[in-house]
Formats: sequence, structure tokens, C-alpha cells
Amino acid sequence: MKPLLQVEDLTIRLPKGGDREFAIQKVNYNLMPGEILCVVGESGSGKSMTANAIMGLLPKTIQVDAGTIIFDGVDLASLEERRARELRGNRISMIFQEPMTALNPLMRVADQIGEVFLIHTNMNAKQRDERALALLVDVGLPDPEKMMKAYPHQLSGGQRQRVMIAMALALEPAILIADEPTTALDVTTQAQILKLIKELQEKHNTAVMFITHDFGVVAEIADRVVVMEKGQMVEIGGSDDVLNNPQHEYTKKLIAAVPPLVAPHREALLEVTPVLTVNNLCKTYSTGGGWFSKARVVKAADDVTFTLHRGETLGLVGESGSGKSTVSRCVVRLLDSDSGEILIGEDAIQDLNTAELAPYRKRIQMVFQDPFASLNPRKTIGQIIADGPIAQGMEPAKALAKAAELLDLVELPRAALDRYPHEFSGGQRQRVGIARALAHDPEILVADEAISALDVSVQAQILDLLDTLKVRLNLAILFVVHDLRVAAQVCDRVIVMQKGKVVEMGVTKTVFEAPSHEYTKSLIDSIPGASWRSDLPDHIPQEGQPEKQPAMSSV
Amino acid sequence: MNLQTLLYIGGRLIKGVIILLIIAVFNFFLIRAAPGDPAKVMAGEAGATDEVFLQQLREQFGLDQPLYYQLWVYISNLLHFDMGMSYRQNIPVFDLIMDRLPATLLLTGTAFLLSIALGVLAGVIASVNYKKWVDSLITILSLIFYATPLFWLAIMASLFFSVYLGWLPGFGMETVGVELSGWDRVIDIALHLVLPATTLGLFFTAVYARMTRTSMIETSRLDFVKTAIAKGMTPSRVTRKHVLRNALLPVITLAGIQAGQLIGGAVLTETVFAWPGIGRLMFEALFQRDYNLLLGVFFISSAMVVLFNLITDVIYCVVDPRIELSK
Repeated sequence: MKPLLQVEDLTIRLPKGGDREFAIQKVNYNLMPGEILCVVGESGSGKSMTANAIMGLLPKTIQVDAGTIIFDGVDLASLEERRARELRGNRISMIFQEPMTALNPLMRVADQIGEVFLIHTNMNAKQRDERALALLVDVGLPDPEKMMKAYPHQLSGGQRQRVMIAMALALEPAILIADEPTTALDVTTQAQILKLIKELQEKHNTAVMFITHDFGVVAEIADRVVVMEKGQMVEIGGSDDVLNNPQHEYTKKLIAAVPPLVAPHREALLEVTPVLTVNNLCKTYSTGGGWFSKARVVKAADDVTFTLHRGETLGLVGESGSGKSTVSRCVVRLLDSDSGEILIGEDAIQDLNTAELAPYRKRIQMVFQDPFASLNPRKTIGQIIADGPIAQGMEPAKALAKAAELLDLVELPRAALDRYPHEFSGGQRQRVGIARALAHDPEILVADEAISALDVSVQAQILDLLDTLKVRLNLAILFVVHDLRVAAQVCDRVIVMQKGKVVEMGVTKTVFEAPSHEYTKSLIDSIPGASWRSDLPDHIPQEGQPEKQPAMSSV
Repeated sequence: MNLQTLLYIGGRLIKGVIILLIIAVFNFFLIRAAPGDPAKVMAGEAGATDEVFLQQLREQFGLDQPLYYQLWVYISNLLHFDMGMSYRQNIPVFDLIMDRLPATLLLTGTAFLLSIALGVLAGVIASVNYKKWVDSLITILSLIFYATPLFWLAIMASLFFSVYLGWLPGFGMETVGVELSGWDRVIDIALHLVLPATTLGLFFTAVYARMTRTSMIETSRLDFVKTAIAKGMTPSRVTRKHVLRNALLPVITLAGIQAGQLIGGAVLTETVFAWPGIGRLMFEALFQRDYNLLLGVFFISSAMVVLFNLITDVIYCVVDPRIELSK
């Protein structure tokens, strides 16, 4: 069979002063008609670069240096802009990562889809609307008539991604490029979108180039896989081969870092000492409401009750809008709850004022999601870590000495003390975030999606660090996480939340193996590639086993 | 327009009236706090310094009454849509303002439209030529007009175009001593309008240009623009249909602020170009301590600000479907 698209020796140079000279270097692969080719890699691997080059969407500062992209007998890399425009959205189309921002907020859905026909065909307004409606039906949007007139903000993330897909497939393109199309979506929505892409791809025999960082998604959807590392293509092959018998060290490392979906057996705690107790916590948000209108009320936490014990990791899982972050913010009093009790040890803290709360702040500390936004860029790492203890009354010199010790603890070099956050990678910053939280010698650590922003191999190292610290310092960790694979690996017990309510709570192994609530079941069923790593717990290559290795300080 | 929107506008109007009353009280005290006595100014102009005459004047205007009583009279008159009489000209304040209003609106309205049109255009041109010489030129020009004091610009424009080149009339609204009618009159007024409207509008032109440029550049980096390009659109269509519409949203906010100054914002320009508008009326009233007239101008100006804030919000809601008028 003749390949549809041939990428040959493609090299793209980065502007001077970048991390490396080339974004991608000598990349070679073919896309066959009707196949799904997954391009996998971590952030900065250059996995999206080829796609952008194919679409002619490279930023002006980045140019194709050498190589060709042959499609239909023409080289896309050197094609003049006017002819490239005729192909774009017509023969080759693309969907993007962020459905929330990928649609024009001021245009109706029908007009945005209709635009594709307006540009590439001679259809009149009526024909365009008819086709747009048919497409909305095809991508399975509810009430397509109404959807036509809707603006993007009236749609959910999953619905917007369906609109994007409808738009991309409007003219039945030969190639669909999907750049992390499900990364920003919840797991159940992700499963639906993956299914939709696969269905439509089979129906229209479209070739799909699917860019992702998630091996679960690869297992779910790929026919063939390309693995990228730092701009180099390190492995290519059939999906079964790459997933179950990876050849390159880097691929092995990446796959080993994917947490298996099987919860390991964990010893029950010997003594049960509650350190954090939450009783009937409620928190509602209301938006709008004024002189003449009623406010919209969202129950973010609805009668939430749980206990966290010393030495335990308690997972708080759920999709976006489930209220898991609200609960975590309420327990550290970053948010004020409406009603209910929050006890640290045996003391209720929910009604304490700032001064009264101060001594309790030390005992419960938070690690935030975004390692880039959660460190003050104008302070040195030393200042960032020592600030808290100084505020609590420790002598500055002593606090700095302690900061140095903490850096040892989180396996960062002491030289980091005098450096600024921008000099560190995401994983290193998250270590700083952990050190900052530990500076108070807390009993409880609240980790709000503390690893979500990190690449999978870095994730594994941070999780390992948290686990080591938990044992060493006898911490209790409240782990807010949307990734069920991670939850399965690190949590002793999990709480599943949906729309502000706790729907299930129990020992991790039990919840994963025999979920009792429908919602938990649907969550677990939606995990991409569930069948791939669930029955193969021993599959991790014996040599290596990065999860068990001590985390490297060079993250 | 649905019921909710009408209810919202009704609510905002009621709030607006309350705010206006508070402003009126505040203005009242502000003016009394300034030194000076209208009776003395008028007596001085009449050449009389007689204490009995002064007392008589004060009684005539109610200035001998206690302050709280004067406030009470002022506010209750205001509630009956009566802004009182001008002390000096003995004409109802409302009539005086209405007499001057068309001239001011002509000047400020022209400047307003001119600055939006020119500013947005310049901003779009600059952003499309981002980091090229056109962009730099527009940026430099807009910085100059942004930084130059308005009155100085007005004097210089008047000197250069009117006195030196003799192209345009430098003061007044119509040529004095000539009775023109029909199109001749329109052209005559238009010629008189050029210099004051341009000088008044330049500052905002610069502000719009800078804001449009920044907003366009920011918007063109958003994801949906990438989507639009991926559809195969031409750059000009992407700019018009996707970037510009979204980029204009913050410009509307600014236009609302400028529109609020349609009445009170041209004092300097009107003074320099001897434009017979409200700004000059206010300027004169200030020197004559014509309290009622001043308060009247203040009141009308603040009413404009309140009104245009509301209009801006309504326009926003029409232009941006994400915003609902219910908060």
C-alpha cells in the first residue's frame, strides 16, 4: 500500500538561545491510509512539531531546515502559502488540545463550521447550514438544532471538542491531525471522544495522526506508534510491539513509568490515629444574583465526611467539578466552608480567626498543582522555603539552615538555595514546593493535583519522593488526584467524589477491584488502555524499575 | 431584548438616579468649600461695594440662608427637574446649558468618532505589521500624542495651521459678521471644527491605537486563531473575522469612558479655540462664582457618565454573548 504522507529526514531548527539546536532532527515516518498513528513523547520532545509543519502552523521564528513532507506528490514543507491554504482544513485538518479556547467565543457553532464550506466550496448559506447540522448529528451532539445556534461558552469541554471534530471532518479530509485532543478532558469524556474519533476514522477511512503523552491513550487507539525523545525519533512500530515489547531504553523507561491500574496490596495501619477529621462539610458557590435575578448555586461540597489517619495516604478522586479541590482548600482554610466541622487532631479549626489559626497552619500544609505559578519568581529558593518558618517566629538564620536540610530531604543540591525558581525544571520546582510545605514540620500534607502538570517519568519520581517522606516523617497525606492510575498506586484509601458528594469511600484495592457505585465503575471503565496494564503487573522490565529506584536529584 | 435585560436596565437606571443624587450633594459642598462669594463678584462688577447691596444680593439668591437649607432647596428643586437660575445672567440654568449643548456635542462627538475610527485603524495596521517599521512609526506617534498636553497641542495647531499657514480658522464656530445659510454654513462650521476636533481627539486616538494594537496581538496568539488558520483561511479573513472582533472588546470599555466625557471633557479645547460650548460656559461660571450654573453643568456631565456606563454595558452584552446582563 502506498503511504498517504511521507515525512523524510525532517529537521526543524529552533531559534537561537533555545534549549537545543533542533526542535526535531531527521524524523522519518509514513502515514498509511486509514491508520491511526500515535506520536508519543514527553513535553519538549518535539512531538507536535511535525504536525505543525504538516499544517503550516509553525511559528514564524521556526523554519523547516531540511527534509520533505510528501503528500499527494507535493512537498508540504516547501509549498507556497496560497496552495497550502487550499489543503488546510480541506484535505488535511487538525484538532487541538484545549477545546475551551479553540473555538471563537463570539461566533455561533453553525457559523464556525460553515466557515470551512465557505472557504473551500461554493455552497450557499442554506447548504452550509444543512451540512453543518448533519455534521453535528454525526459527532453525536445532543439537540443538534439548538447546538447550531449556541455559542461555545454554552457547551461543555467534551461538546466543544465534538464541534472541533465536526469542523475538522467537514470536508472528509484524507488526514486528521489530533494534537492531544483529550488531554484537557475528564476521563469519561475522554473515553467518549476517543471512541468517536475511532468510529469516524473507520467510517470515512481517514488517516489519523494522534499526538499524545499518554500511553494509556496509545493502547486504546493506536495502530502504529512513533516515540519521540528530545527531537529524535527513537522508536517506531506496531502498537502491540511498542507497548508490550519496547526496544529503546527511553520507551522502556516511559512505559515503566505508567502506573499499572492494579492497586497493590497495602498493609493496614497498625494504629489508627486521626489527624484530620472532616464532618458534614458543605460549601456552595453562587454566581450572579442581584436586585432582580436569582443566583446560580453550585454545591461544591455537599455533606462531606472523612477521617485521615497518621501515616496514611488518602486519595480524593473525581472529575472536574466534583468538588475535590474545594474540599482540599477548605481543610487548609484557604476557603471558608459554609457549615460542618474540620478538626486537626481534636481541635475544630473551621471558625478560628487568622491569629487563632496560625499555630494550626503549621500542622497542615499544601503542595500545589502548578509548579510554575506556585513559586514566587522574585525570591530565591532559600527564601521561599524559609519564609514560612520565619513568619511563624523562627530566627532567619535558623530557618535558612533548615531550608538547606530540607533540600537534602527532597534530593535537591544545597546550591539551589541562592537560585531562583526559573532556573529549575517542573519536577525540581515541585520538590521545592514539597520542601516549602515540609518546612513547618506538618503532620498533614495536602497535595492538590501535585503531579498533574508533570511528565510521566517525573511524576513517578515525585510520587516516590512523597512516599519515602511519608514513611520517614510519618505524614498523613490527602492526595487530590484525577488520575486513577496514580490513585491506585499511591493511596491507602480513596474517596470518590461526584458533584460535591462522596459517592464511595474505601480501601484502594477494594474500590478498584469491586467498585460499589455506578459512577466509580464508569470512571474505572473509562481509563484509557485499561486492559493493557491491568493484567500485566509483572510486565515492568526487571532491570530498571524506575518507580522503585530512589528518585534522582537531577529531575 | 428580553424581560431580564429590561429589568436589568431598569435596575441600573434606578441605581443611576441614586448615584446622581449623591454626586449632586457632593458637588454642592465641593463648590461651597471653594473660596469666593458670588455676591461680591457681582457687586464688584456693578461697581458697588456697599454692604447693604451685598446683603440684598445674598437674600435674592438665598445665599443668606443656612447651608443645610440651601442644600435642601437645591436638591428638592433638582427632583422637580429644576436646576435654578443663573445668578449672573438671570436665565434658567437649563436653558443656558441647552443653548450651548449642540456646539459641545458637535465638537466632542466628532472628536469621539474620529478617534475611534483613526485609533482602531492605526492599531490594526500596527498589529498586522507587528515589529516592522509601520508598527514602530504608529507606536512612536501615538506615544507623542499620548504624552503631549492637550492645551499645548491646541495652541500649536492653532498657531501653525491658522496663523502661519492660514488654512483653517483658528477660533469660534462660525465666521463672524457673515450671514451664511444652507451648505455654505455647514462647510463653514466644518472648517471651524477641524482644528478643535482633531486636537481633542488626538489623545484618545493614541490611546485607542495602543490598546487596539496590544489587544490584536494578544488575540492573534489565542487558540481559536490557530483553529481559523487551520481551516485554510486567508490571513486577512482571519484578522477581520476572528482577531478583530475579539480584540475590540476592551476598546469598547475605553470608548464608554470617553463617551462619558462628551459634555465635560472639552473645557481646555473650547477655551483655546473659543468654541461656544458648555466647557466655556463652565469656565466662565467658575470665575463668576455662578454656583447654580456650575452645579448644573456638573450635574449634566455626571449624568452623561452614568448613562454611558450603562450604555457600554448593554453594548458589551450585545457584542459578547458570554456576558449576561443579570449581575
